[in-house]
Amino acid sequence: MPRFASKLAGEGSFYTAVVVLVLFAAFPFYWMLITTFKTDGDLYNLKSVPYWFNTAPTLEHIKYLFEDTLFVQWLSNSALIGLCVVAITLVVALPAGYSLARMPGRTAESLGIGIFLTYLVPPTLLFLPLSRVVSILGLQDSLWSLVVVYPTFTIPFCTWLLMGFFKSVPREIEEAAIVDGCTVVGAFVKTILPLSLPAILTVVIFAFTLTMQEFVYALTFISASDEKPVTLGVATDLIRGDIFYWGELMGAALIASVPVAIAYNLFLDRFISGITGGAVK
Amino acid sequence: MAAVAANEIRKQFGDVVAVDGISLAVRDGEFLVLLGPSGCGKTTFLRIIAGLERPTSGEILIGGEVVNDIPPRARGVAMVFQGYGLYPHLTVANNIAFPLRTQGTPRPEIKRKVAWAAALLGIDHLLHRRPRQLSGGERQRVALARAIVRDPTVFLLDEPLSNLDAKLRASARSELKRFQQTVRTSTIYVTHDQVEAMGMGDRIAVIDHGKLRQIGTPTEIYDDPADEFVASFLGTPPMNLIERDDGLLGFRPEHFLPREMLDGSELAELPFRIDRMEYLGSERILYGALDGIAAKREVTAKLPAHVPLAGIRAGEWHPFAVRKTELRFFDRNGRRTADRQGRDR
Amino acid sequence: MSAIAAAPRLTRRRLIWDRPEIVGPLLIAPAILYIVVLVGLPFLLALYYSVSAYNIFNPSYTFVGLRNFQDVLESEIFRRTLVNTLVFTIGAQVIGLLLGKIGAMLLMQEFPGRRIARALVVLPWAVPVSLATLAWLWMFDSLYSVINWTLAAAGLIDPANRPQWLGRQDLAMIAVTVVHAWRLFPFGVVIFLAGFTSVPKDVLDAATVDGAGFWRRNYQIILPMILPIVLIALIFGTVFTFTDLSVVYLLTKGGPINSTQVLGSLAFQVGILSGDVAHGAAICLFLFPFLLVAVIVLLRVLRRREN
Repeated sequence: MPRFASKLAGEGSFYTAVVVLVLFAAFPFYWMLITTFKTDGDLYNLKSVPYWFNTAPTLEHIKYLFEDTLFVQWLSNSALIGLCVVAITLVVALPAGYSLARMPGRTAESLGIGIFLTYLVPPTLLFLPLSRVVSILGLQDSLWSLVVVYPTFTIPFCTWLLMGFFKSVPREIEEAAIVDGCTVVGAFVKTILPLSLPAILTVVIFAFTLTMQEFVYALTFISASDEKPVTLGVATDLIRGDIFYWGELMGAALIASVPVAIAYNLFLDRFISGITGGAVK
Repeated sequence: MAAVAANEIRKQFGDVVAVDGISLAVRDGEFLVLLGPSGCGKTTFLRIIAGLERPTSGEILIGGEVVNDIPPRARGVAMVFQGYGLYPHLTVANNIAFPLRTQGTPRPEIKRKVAWAAALLGIDHLLHRRPRQLSGGERQRVALARAIVRDPTVFLLDEPLSNLDAKLRASARSELKRFQQTVRTSTIYVTHDQVEAMGMGDRIAVIDHGKLRQIGTPTEIYDDPADEFVASFLGTPPMNLIERDDGLLGFRPEHFLPREMLDGSELAELPFRIDRMEYLGSERILYGALDGIAAKREVTAKLPAHVPLAGIRAGEWHPFAVRKTELRFFDRNGRRTADRQGRDR
Repeated sequence: MSAIAAAPRLTRRRLIWDRPEIVGPLLIAPAILYIVVLVGLPFLLALYYSVSAYNIFNPSYTFVGLRNFQDVLESEIFRRTLVNTLVFTIGAQVIGLLLGKIGAMLLMQEFPGRRIARALVVLPWAVPVSLATLAWLWMFDSLYSVINWTLAAAGLIDPANRPQWLGRQDLAMIAVTVVHAWRLFPFGVVIFLAGFTSVPKDVLDAATVDGAGFWRRNYQIILPMILPIVLIALIFGTVFTFTDLSVVYLLTKGGPINSTQVLGSLAFQVGILSGDVAHGAAICLFLFPFLLVAVIVLLRVLRRREN
């Protein structure tokens, strides 16, 4: 085959592969998008071509979602939980990450890895005993149960991230501050924290997205509809009996997914760097 | 009274002994250099004086007062780190003002002192910049301004020139020395570079493996080394050391000259086989070996380049000699012994 | 106001805040506390429940030894569950890694729209599990499945006899595996991409000069070099799939007839829905040895990286 043609075929197969892969990844989201705006008649019509609109797109599902369901409540629940969990995570993980980064000796190493490993402990192992703890605390059916429990996975991961970050900050800066008059803690607050804003931002984003994605604890602890975070509410409450309100469901799923997806894309590189222990920049 | 005094300072990290019983005193207004190879403990020792590390045993006195239990901020020390340790998020002016702010100095006083320090270091025009916008030399001056602004009893400098490129280093060196002579603050300066040490120090403390080998003026250290380590560490190329039955005999390359260049008696004659020569512009280094005599490393001779090399060629023997007064003797343990009379061969 | 400058307010005493040996542990304490109380203790609680006869309706703490484990192991449903969990995990990792590697190799090339392609490829992993699974639930719908419609339109299946993706045992297994793989492979793409770009160019150049072709470069040089990173990703991916509850719960609820149950969903069913905390805990604990192995392997990889 002449080189030109084989190059074209090579390129052709390259692009084909890319398209196939992207389709495989993204098609369900296209499907979500289209379902949200199709009329019920169009949706539940076996005879029509499902890939595009056969009747004009409609906003009725969105309208219903916002007006006749608890969707807005769920969104605000998730936001509230997210905010609180982020705050708790920052307060706990910042000093811990700093201390581990600066502590001499192998104990710090081991402790850091130990804390990170807790991230691997799955909700499906702990949800049962935690459900008892939650009911003992009187928090069942309340979103505050999630505010208490979610930091168990955000703190380990964020401590690890921050530990890696602080290790990369030269010690001279704190030491200069100490010689200049600060205490150890004072030096941290006055000189290291202001430098840490990018890392803090990363932690905020990750803690928030980790919180937004969680399902198991929410499913286990909460059954009161108005306390549900959006990942739970959408999955359980948009179904009346056996009927799935697909238009609303997909709309809700889409709206709730978008911010998380955007955040992930923006912070992907830091996340990878965090997981691989900073080995990969 | 000494500005800073150290009594038998020892520092151990687990099993590793970083500082092994160093005692010394820094005189008022003196520029003392701590010289030694990497890892010899000089930086650890400096940090102990600063208060950033606590000694395992021993005392530090600053201004006659024992400061072991006093935190760095109250010791009257100011430190310039290897990377300068400037606060990246603050302007130059705020960097310099930082130590004053932590002390609670009133605002107008801060302004005055910052202006004074900046003028002294010639950086007034940089006050609104941030560290990342400054060159290496400028950063060093900011670090010095920040150090001087608190009127410390002693400056502690940890290899501040090592981050500058070679060309800048020479001018920065003289600037630093001039600065110290102007402000007359006692200074302890850590470096592994002997040229820096010799050029800047009023006295040099040579440190190896946590021990103080010798402390003295540059002349004393160079001409009168206390042991083999000091003799080898200073001087480029290092002192020639040849084996004798009861120790070592040393002579510096610049004293090892062709026989015909030296006149007078009292010469030790050593035939020298030249293996190769290096022409370095201002001087020539000859590498080779002595006839039948074992040496610690390749024997070298250093000749000024303007001296003609009549009859000296690589691969050949040539009579060389050293003035007996330039011979140094060391015993089996490497310690310096009294010079002996008599010929060697 | 007198003109005397204020005396310096720097204390000469060593305060608590000056002592790194106190401040250090103090700063870590909250994190450790949180983990011990809300992870360690519940774990011990799980152990405790698993050897008791505790259930919601009869909350008594009677010790029954290993009987719960015995019961569970003798249950056919449990054995099927264990097999399912393994099948889904391995299947998803294999497909996910493969697609991940291919995807990374594709996305490494410069081409117009590469950034958009990467953003789209990352979506399945970025988006919350439950919401993504709902999309697939709709796509697999018994009547309106777009997959079936497409297959029928392409003539590959008989429209009168559409496959019930979530209704037939074998098809349901495939469906669950596909969703897991779909969720996983973007993670693989990102990890492989990061790995590929971390290989220093001079190593590759040296290999090319030494005569190594494309495949040899790939398998003998690049792969060994990025192995640690890939292993870390593999461990994470395996743990997430093995311990999953959401995908199975939302897609099939473990059906049809418990044929797609996994450890997580079964534990939920037994422990929460049926209130049998003791047996539920026992099921949960089967996750533990697996986790231990994963943790040990991860530690080894991390340790080797440090060197």
